[in-house]
Formats: sequence, structure tokens, C-alpha cells
Amino acid sequence: MKIPLSRIAHGRSGDKGDMSNIGIIAYDPRHYPVLAREVTPERVKAHFGSLIEGRVERFELPNLGALNFLCYGALGGGGTLSLRIDAQGKTMAAGLLGMEIEVDDSELTD
Amino acid sequence: MIRIANGQGFWGDWLEAPVRLVEQGPIDYLILDYLAEVTMSIVQKQKQADPALGYARDFPPLIGRIAAKMKERRVRVVANAGGVNPIACAREVKRLAPNLKVAVVLGDDVYDRVDDFLARGLELKNLDTGEALASVRSEISSANAYIGAFPLAEALATGADVVIAGRSTDTALALGPMVHEFGWRPDQFDLLAAGTIAGHIVECGAQCTGGNCIADWQTIPDFANIGYPIIEAEADGSFVITKHRGTGGRVSLDTVKEQLLYELGDPRNYITPDCVADFTTVRLADDGADRVRVSGIKGRPATPFLKVSISYLYGYKATGTIVYSWPDALEKAKAADGIVRARLTALDLQFEEIYSEYFGANACHGIAAPAVAQPAEVMLRVGVRGRDKKAVDRFTRELIPLVLNGPPTGTGYGDGRPAVREVVAYWPALIPREEINTRVEVVA
Repeated sequence: MKIPLSRIAHGRSGDKGDMSNIGIIAYDPRHYPVLAREVTPERVKAHFGSLIEGRVERFELPNLGALNFLCYGALGGGGTLSLRIDAQGKTMAAGLLGMEIEVDDSELTD
Repeated sequence: MIRIANGQGFWGDWLEAPVRLVEQGPIDYLILDYLAEVTMSIVQKQKQADPALGYARDFPPLIGRIAAKMKERRVRVVANAGGVNPIACAREVKRLAPNLKVAVVLGDDVYDRVDDFLARGLELKNLDTGEALASVRSEISSANAYIGAFPLAEALATGADVVIAGRSTDTALALGPMVHEFGWRPDQFDLLAAGTIAGHIVECGAQCTGGNCIADWQTIPDFANIGYPIIEAEADGSFVITKHRGTGGRVSLDTVKEQLLYELGDPRNYITPDCVADFTTVRLADDGADRVRVSGIKGRPATPFLKVSISYLYGYKATGTIVYSWPDALEKAKAADGIVRARLTALDLQFEEIYSEYFGANACHGIAAPAVAQPAEVMLRVGVRGRDKKAVDRFTRELIPLVLNGPPTGTGYGDGRPAVREVVAYWPALIPREEINTRVEVVA
């Protein structure tokens, strides 16, 4: 079935120059494998469309049940150059948590 | 065990936070993080206008306000409030709090050494683009090397009540007191990485105690009295993140995890002047109400370089807004945007970028935002950036006329035409660490 990522994960996003960093964290560490399978760099880039001009790189932090995405060219120049309201990418995590993922019922039961 | 509290996540953070940290419970060190990259160019301009300025001006009055309590409770302060003029900052602190001993860390400011570096073949190439600094040499407004924890520890060893640094890293403000108290050596990389990650967790103030927390934010208690973070640091590198009893907010596995991931790049390679910390080695454990224990952290040797942050005048920008009400608010706003762009083209104005957003529709998330069938209102925000100040200034005249000569229901122009703002950009570069020699001075 399809569920929004926000049902099993929370997160926080910020900036590194013109890169947006999006951290996504499983509420329950047992759901980390679902995150790792469903939230690929390709899907993150497609989810935001033209907001992310460059590539998306993914790093794994299984110790925190978390993934960290670096989105290149995602902040309109970044820092002081950007003309965007969210020049620091503060809302990107909330945006990514709205993405739909595919899970099996059995993966969500305790 | 020592308690290190962070009372300021940036210059402009909550003024009451550091006062409450000193008054509402036991702490040994109060650290205050004032400097962002944008701050350095601002303070450099202030110093050029007045040689007695060029530092975080909120800082001396704060110390004046808490000086008596600091003495009474033996709280010491470490802050990167010095900007480009730590000595002037220290003199103002001494004027407002004459009974405190104040030490400064100098040597990070390399603004006057740039030509010398270039003449000796240190190109200070842009870390992101590879360009040589010579291309923007005439536009530079500040240049500072990021310094680590050991100069701060050296300053604490003088017995100073207040240590003022210029461009120290945010994480060094927490690690410096640990190095001083526990006698950690420069080659104890696991310990240095632990103190660095403790610093990372608290460097944005309340962002690890419930602020800006997505996890269950509606249930976080008493934001109005949110407690700022405290590190309970042990000599073995383990530590607890907590806050004073009775304060608002929350310290939980969720709040700490969110902040661990904030502004993180490659988690295995968190590079600082002191070490390279590995975030994939962090172990977290619930340690009771509003307490999270952190342990297991590993680190590796620092690199042979220090990062230098250089600011320079890049160009100009302006952004302006108009609000359209329903019906068809988004269609009206898009029509208005098309008209502005047509008029800018007819004027033959050159910009590096014109960018338009539709608030209430999709400004933050683009296609990732849920579609709204009939928004009650939409705000059009148009921005331009370019090297030619006149062109940007001409743009600022093109928005308000739309209220009369464009689509219906345009409003919200009461603040007048947008201001033209200078764009100060950042030039990150590396410099061999032996070029930077810090020194400590006690200010009489």
C-alpha cells in the first residue's frame, strides 16, 4: 500500500552553500530498511522537480535509523545570492516527508 | 563532569536565553555562537566606518547583565563575539563588567594578509568552483580562517572569566572548555570528535531542545519558556544532552537526532580544525526525562589545512511582492508575473536571474506541494539579481504599477517599492594550517 513518508519518519533540512541537506529519520529504527529501500536519490530528485538543478547524493546513518541527502544546486545559488524565500532549504524536509512510499502491511505492524 | 550550556545559536537569537541559563540552574560554561558567514562582512564594514566597532554588539551588554551572577556561580563564558575586532569587544566588556577577567584569541583575521598570500603563490582557490581568488580581489570585504578548540583552551588557561574569539568554529566553543578541563591532547581524536559532535548538537541553541522539531511538534510543551541546551560532559568523551528543570521544550532521541542531521554533509567526514568526526559512530540512549546520553564516537586526524571564509561584493538584488485575492488568485499572479517580465525585456534590462514564486500555492516546494483548488489569496514574489545596480533599481519600479495597470485585485503594496540590496558572496578556500598562528591576550 502507499503511505506518506511522514507516517514512519521525521527529519530536518538546512543548507550547505547552494546544497540543501535533508535528513530523514525513522521514528522506529525497525523501519530504517524501508527508508533505505524506498527513499532513493533518484526519487528525491524527481519529487522536487526543477527545485533541485543538480544531482542528489545519499548517505546512510543506520546507527540513527537515518538517511542524509545532499541536493546539489537546490537553493537558487544559496546563501545571500538566492532569490528564493526558502534560501536555506529549511522546509525541504517537510516537503520530502510528503512523498508517497510503497510498503507492505506486515512492515508496519509491531 | 562539567556542564556547558549554549545560550545563542546565532547573532539575533533570543536575548533572554543566556540570562535564563545562568539563573535557572547550575552550569560551568556558557557558550555563545554569534558568527555566520554573512556576519563577518557586516562587522568588517562597521569596523571600516568606526575602528572601535566590528564585533557582535549584543554581547557586551549581555555580559554586563549577567556579570554578578557569573561571579557568584563561577560561570565562565566562551563566545565568538569578537568578529573582526575582538580587542574592541573585550574593552567594551571590561567597561560594562570591570570585575571580570577577559581574554581574547587573535590570529584568525587574515584580511590584511591576502595580498601577501597571493604574492607567495597561495591562490586561495574557490573550494566549490576552483577559480583563483585574483578574479575578485578588489571586491573582498573580509577574510577569516576558522580556528579550533585549542586556542580557546589556551585562553581559558589564563583564568579568564570571559574568552572572546573571532572566527572560531561553532563546535570549538563547546570543545574548548572540554580540552581545558580534561586535558585532552591534540592527538586524542576520538575524544576531540566526541566534543565536536557535542558542539554540533548544541550549536543552534534550542534546535536540539524542541525548537524547529518536526517529530510530534504539537505535543512539545511550553515553547514560550523553552530551555536552551546543556552538555554534561565526561572526561571519557561520553556526554548527556539536557536542559534546566522546569523549562519548556523537550530533549528526546527525536530532537537530538534531528539536530545531528542539521547542515550535515558526508557523515563520516565532518571536518574541523581539530579532527575529522564520524557521525556514523554516534550511539544514543534515553537517559530519563529530557536527557539523552551520547557515546561511542570515533574520530580521525585533522587535515593539514584550515578553511578560510572570504566575503566579497558580488552584485545587487531586489525582491518585491503583490497579493491577489480569489477567485483565480494564482492565475492573476501568474499573469502579473508575465507582464513584469515583458516590461523588463522591453526595457532591455540585463539580469543574471529573474525568479518568481507564488505564496499560498507552491513557493516552498514547487511540484512537491499539494495542489490547492482555489486558494483564498496568492502572493506573487518576483526577485532579480545582477551586477548592474541601475538595472536592479529600475526593476523595483515595475511592480506597484501593476495594481492599476494589470490583473484585478492586486494589493499589499503598502511598504512601497522594494529596496536594492548588496549581494555579499562567500568564497570558501583552504590554507595550510602553519600559515595561521593564533595568540591569546588578556585585556586590561
